[in-house]
Amino acid sequence: MTDTVSEKLRALFPDIEPQKVLDATVIDVEPERLMVVMERLKTYPDLDFSLLLDITAVDYLTYPGQQGGRFRVVYTLRNWKRNWLLQVRTPVADPELGLPTVSGLWGAADWAEREVYDQYGIRFQGHPDLRRILNHWQFEGHPLRKDYDIYKGQVCYEPDRLEKEIRARLAAKGIDQSTMSDINTEMMFLNLGPSHPATHGAIRIFTALDGETIMANVNEIGYLHRGFEKTAENRTYNQIIPLTDRLNYCSALMNNIAYVKAVESWLGIEITDRAMFMRVILGEFFRVQDHLVCLAANLVDMGGLTNYWYLYNEKEASYDFISRLTGARLTSSFTRIGGMYRDFYEGWEADLERQLQAIEKGVNDSLKLVLQNRIVHDRTQGTCVLSPEKALSYGYTGPNLRSTGIAFDLRKDNPYYHYDSFDFDIPIGSRGDIYDRIMVRFEEIFESIKIIRQAVKRIPAGPVFVDDHRVALPPKEQVYHKIEGLANHFKLIFEGVKTPAGEWYDSYEAANGELGFHFVSDGSGTPYKLKVRPPCFYAMSGFHEMIEGEMIADAIINLGSINIIGGELDR
Amino acid sequence: MALGLEARLGDSVLTTKLDEIINWGRQYSLWPMVFGTACCAIEFMSAAASQHDISRFGAEVVRFSPRQADLMLVCGTISYKQAPILKRIYEQMPHPRWVVAMGACASSGGIYDNYCTVQGIDTVIPVDVYISGCPPRPEAVLDALIAIQNKIQTESVLEDRHKDFKGILD
Ligand code: SF4
Repeated sequence: MTDTVSEKLRALFPDIEPQKVLDATVIDVEPERLMVVMERLKTYPDLDFSLLLDITAVDYLTYPGQQGGRFRVVYTLRNWKRNWLLQVRTPVADPELGLPTVSGLWGAADWAEREVYDQYGIRFQGHPDLRRILNHWQFEGHPLRKDYDIYKGQVCYEPDRLEKEIRARLAAKGIDQSTMSDINTEMMFLNLGPSHPATHGAIRIFTALDGETIMANVNEIGYLHRGFEKTAENRTYNQIIPLTDRLNYCSALMNNIAYVKAVESWLGIEITDRAMFMRVILGEFFRVQDHLVCLAANLVDMGGLTNYWYLYNEKEASYDFISRLTGARLTSSFTRIGGMYRDFYEGWEADLERQLQAIEKGVNDSLKLVLQNRIVHDRTQGTCVLSPEKALSYGYTGPNLRSTGIAFDLRKDNPYYHYDSFDFDIPIGSRGDIYDRIMVRFEEIFESIKIIRQAVKRIPAGPVFVDDHRVALPPKEQVYHKIEGLANHFKLIFEGVKTPAGEWYDSYEAANGELGFHFVSDGSGTPYKLKVRPPCFYAMSGFHEMIEGEMIADAIINLGSINIIGGELDR
Repeated sequence: MALGLEARLGDSVLTTKLDEIINWGRQYSLWPMVFGTACCAIEFMSAAASQHDISRFGAEVVRFSPRQADLMLVCGTISYKQAPILKRIYEQMPHPRWVVAMGACASSGGIYDNYCTVQGIDTVIPVDVYISGCPPRPEAVLDALIAIQNKIQTESVLEDRHKDFKGILD
């Protein structure tokens, strides 16, 4: 399939030589031609890369044997209909001059380019609002540059005012004070967060209101920026697993799986069948958990506290199973590169089945309260509608994208771990309103349970770790009695799993959408660079499009319905 | 936290009796304000949900307005960007007020020893009880609550706690 994309690219750009790296096709483009190429990629129906997944940069300052420029910007694109993944790489000669912005083509580029600017100091010419996004406004320097010291913290004394930004947004929408005085009202500015019960975490929502109607909205994130990417550059590959737990902490194990899957695919390691099935079972189980928390919190926002008890209590009960298996309730760290930390315990099937039944009951109870509920219908149907075009433009994936009617799911479109052999459906919405987002999640819970039950029936016996000395610790007898075993153990622990030098991107369908990892390896046991493609970040970047024109109370439940998790949003 | 009594009554038998009554009342009606930023907040949700049921300790009236709360639970990582907000909200709480740092991040920065994370919230506001863990189990939250209650027992209306505190933002 990817060959057709290479052919198409060659036909359009004869001088560009596409390479294939794992699932992705990679092309190198000179900065002068960037705009032309990007425009064609987006607009030519033959190519149709409607989804801009991520933009990041690489700083080659300390990369061994690196020739050429210091910075390179990488764009990750997807044609979701044909499962084409494309990475466009462009060298940046002078970060001050930077590159032209592509935010006119994809809405997602707005925040993505701001992040690159914030972290690497690369400017984007023509960007409408190029300022910091994760770090605070008083920050100096660019932390992901290789010459920025990881320990150099900078105190922030005052929050940003956001006044200029909201005025700019109002102006962009053609609203100014004179339109307001025409109708004899005054505009009101309302700030929600970053510490506000409705924001479910540290997000700041700033709105300009006409009565209760939102006329313009700007949002600020970064309050939970914990330096995941910089920290990862200072850890061995296996040491990063606990950090991934804390990305989307409502479904920690899914992040573990996504991360090790990305490393394994580069190493070319085929994990054992039992490990694959374990990952399917646990991944789906955590998808259910994630949706339970999202729905519980969202319904509380609407005033349905009973739903919270029905749904959250099942999550609480699931912790018994999870902690029995992994030793932790929330932060599981249960995968390793090459397999699973350990096998299921004896009698896990019964525990799991009991849990699934309890979840089904809780969800059905909650549905009884919701399905025929006038208040829920009136508040959610037709509010905060997101069109499929907008959703794609802003890089929405996962349940949020599917609620707009686009049936894109990596489990179906780019299956891994035998997903193609399971019988399950991809629920989609029809309007892209809050109701659809809620219902898609409810339905996905049942689909995931279906997958789990099939996988439990089919899971084969056998080891859960590959027998490959590159990643697997040698058995203890060898460590204690043989020098090779000891040396191997020592090297794996201290130097980490070594990956061949190169760059790659790999992704996984997490609870919130496409969770991707872009790695740069210099051949050592520590990633040279690791960038997360967080589904939440892009969902939040299009938030203002959904709520402008709606009521302020709808903005609250809309935020709950797109399921923003701070750890993943800000990393 | 002094009530203006010290001038009139001083350290006499009356104030010590008063202490006892006031402390007894405060102890069993703590109103927590949850400053939840990250993963630890999920575990606080569990502590408040039915299985662990924080109301057994009289602290179930979770307020999201600092002006109505006297116990601040900082659940989660505090970044430098967040720190001024934490401080402002702490200052909005009426006296007397207590602070619990829940989890490794709030206590010391946890696994995030880097450019954006505050290395312990006690560099910003005074902390009374620390909870270890990443995240701590809900039982540990309840344990911290009991520790605060015990601490309240030993306090006096005559003393102003933490009046000499100086943090990085002061
Ligand atoms: S202590 Fe651990 S669980 Fe708590 S906020 Fe920090 S990383 Fe998350």
